[in-house]
Amino acid sequence: MNMVVCIKQVPGTTEIKIDPETNTLVREGVQSIINPFDCYALEEAVRLRERCGGKVIAISMGPPQAEEALRETISLGADEAILLSDRALAGSDTWATSYVLSRAMAKIVDYDVIICGRQTLDGDTGQVGPGLSEMLGIPFVAYVSTVEEIRDGYIRVQRMVEEGYETIEMALPAVITVVKEINVPRLPSLRGSMKAKAAQIPVWTAADIGADGDKAGLAGSPTRVVKVFFPKRTHKSEMLQGSLDEQLDQLVQKLEEIV
Amino acid sequence: MEYFLTEQQKLIKSLARRIAEERILPVRAELDEKEEFPWAIVKDMANSDLFRIFIPEQYEGLGEGSFALCIAIEELSRACCAVALTYAADALGTVPILLYGNDEQKQKYLPAIADGAKLTAFGLTESAAGSDAAAIKTTATRDGDDYIINGTKQFITNGGEAEIYTVIVLTDPSRGSRGASAFIVEKGTPGFTFGKKEQKMGIRASATRELVFHNCRVPKDNLVGREGLGFVVTMKTLDSSRPGVGALSVGLAQGALEAAVAYARQREQFGQPISAIQAVQHMLANMAMELEAARTLVYAAAKTIDSGAKDFTEEGAMAKVFATDMAMKVTTDALQVFGGVGYMRDYPMEKMMRDAKINQIYEGTNQVLRNVIALELLKRKALRE
Ligand SMILES: Cc1cc2nc3c(=O)[nH]c(=O)nc-3n(C[C@H](O)[C@H](O)[C@@H](O)COP(=O)(O)OP(=O)(O)OC[C@H]3O[C@@H](n4cnc5c(N)ncnc54)[C@H](O)[C@@H]3O)c2cc1C
Ligand SMILES: Cc1cc2nc3c(=O)[nH]c(=O)nc-3n(C[C@H](O)[C@H](O)[C@H](O)COP(=O)(O)OP(=O)(O)OC[C@H]3O[C@@H](n4cnc5c(N)ncnc54)[C@H](O)[C@@H]3O)c2cc1C
Repeated sequence: MNMVVCIKQVPGTTEIKIDPETNTLVREGVQSIINPFDCYALEEAVRLRERCGGKVIAISMGPPQAEEALRETISLGADEAILLSDRALAGSDTWATSYVLSRAMAKIVDYDVIICGRQTLDGDTGQVGPGLSEMLGIPFVAYVSTVEEIRDGYIRVQRMVEEGYETIEMALPAVITVVKEINVPRLPSLRGSMKAKAAQIPVWTAADIGADGDKAGLAGSPTRVVKVFFPKRTHKSEMLQGSLDEQLDQLVQKLEEIV
Repeated sequence: MEYFLTEQQKLIKSLARRIAEERILPVRAELDEKEEFPWAIVKDMANSDLFRIFIPEQYEGLGEGSFALCIAIEELSRACCAVALTYAADALGTVPILLYGNDEQKQKYLPAIADGAKLTAFGLTESAAGSDAAAIKTTATRDGDDYIINGTKQFITNGGEAEIYTVIVLTDPSRGSRGASAFIVEKGTPGFTFGKKEQKMGIRASATRELVFHNCRVPKDNLVGREGLGFVVTMKTLDSSRPGVGALSVGLAQGALEAAVAYARQREQFGQPISAIQAVQHMLANMAMELEAARTLVYAAAKTIDSGAKDFTEEGAMAKVFATDMAMKVTTDALQVFGGVGYMRDYPMEKMMRDAKINQIYEGTNQVLRNVIALELLKRKALRE
């Protein structure tokens, strides 16, 4: 059973600051971490390997410094790590990211389960997992909280939905995204950390994975983030007076004014 | 102070610190309150390879020595001495096998110990044999290819929780301490049960139990070293492990000092933080100096062992006595800096002070170890004359 885990390096804070001039994230002075949900994805992959053998490959598209995050995945149990890094890939939106990752999967060839986090701390869209499965033409389940059974060509998972849980069977290969209820990620091991230090992490370029320049990077991204800003908070509150019916009438009227 | 740690030692230190801060700190008060053995944390330590540190590479270990072990113990104890003792006592129970075990015994036991799958314990003390270890009464009688063990060990750390026990018993009571031998006994062996779990003043998350042997049959292959070697095994084992007790105390005192400094900066009296009061500053300064002196001594003793020195009885004893007396004093003074709240269960200071005390007692009381140090001194003097 071979697992590929998609990870993204993100700023290690939930208080994201945005440069008002350039509309980009302020990354100075912010430590980069592995997107927290991706740590659950990695842990699950490592546990699946412990359960049924095979190997765990971690992959990330990002700038050269994303190599650090990939090294960390090895200390946490990944067998191999691959960095997708190329100027031509920079500025990818979720569509282009999914495309690039799908090209990388085509080069990896031998995978059974692709595991992503449910969403990232920074982009926060949750679109890459489903996008990737779509481009690979393989099944997909989001918000997985338990892998109940897994064997050759078959997986049964439980996923969290608002009303409770659903149990779903799929054929493999498939893509899943995981929620934090799925496990408690382990800390690094000493042997893993030593292996991580010495590990060679190959860098694949757009050409290496045969990614079409028109479909990757800024050029291949249909989405443009025009402006990112914090909405100005205006605290205005008003107490409605009168009987309950009168208050309801007033409320409906106010709502109609807004819409 | 710069201790010139290797890359590997730095890695060990930072990982042990992460386990301490992320896994131990949030639960230490609860473990103490409930007298609960820290199994979840033991699993974390195992996953992170901490049990591999002191095991040779050929048995699935990392082949690091006493110094690296002390660094790990210190970092764990900075958060909780009881959890750190669980780890240190595992090393103690393993030393006899490391030093005197034959190849089959090492093959059989060390990989499982390195993996953290099995904890170990060391059983010497009995109700009538504490400082006077030669007064032990537990016996092992030869019967064909087996030995039959009878007797009761008392106050054994990791008792009941560990899978592998090294126990010191008499194979020839007529020869006294020269008639003692060391055996490996596995949990689950018929005739081997556990007596009461002690309720303690401190290190309450650590398990301390009686080991009860009633016609317990163990194969002769479980004899460690030769018959009659029991006390040599004991002395060498304790010589090797005493820097570890020093490290428990250094870590504990480090945690207490850090808490005291933080509190002193934040607590205001007479319109100023108490850290501005010279009496408080001097207390902190003394704590810091004594702590640093103890750490240096513990590290030096551990490095002496790692250098391959043959005899390090004196170094181990000095490191143990000095560091444990220091920790008793530093935790007492750290609580003093907290004033009344330091005495309350809501703060960790009273736990630290309770935890400190035991270190002056086990693995040779500080009085007995002063005898040992003096004896070494006088022996040398006699040799020169
Ligand atoms: C503040 C901000 C807003 C953005 N808004 C949008 C937007 O509205 N629309 C849009 O198309 N793009 C947007 N982007 C860009 C988008 O973040 C990235 O282009 C895209 O690479 C990843 O999308 P995501 O971070 O939302 O990932 P998600 O889809 O939330 O990530 C889900 C999972 O996919 C995997 N994954 C995600 N990125 C990578 C990667 N680079 N390498 C490997 N695995 C990965 C991880 O497993 C991750 O847990 C935004 C970026 C920022 C910083
Ligand atoms: C929590 C805990 C955990 C323990 N874990 C283990 C373990 O894992 N394995 C194990 O084998 N044992 C263990 N012990 C036992 C421990 O090592 C003994 O308690 C210790 O050696 C002291 O023996 P004692 O309690 O019988 O005290 P005693 O020997 O009765 O000593 C009483 C007092 O007399 C003093 N004294 C005695 N003889 C002399 C002397 N010759 N010179 C000067 N002073 C002297 C002592 O210093 C002490 O102050 C543990 C004990 C405790 C409390």
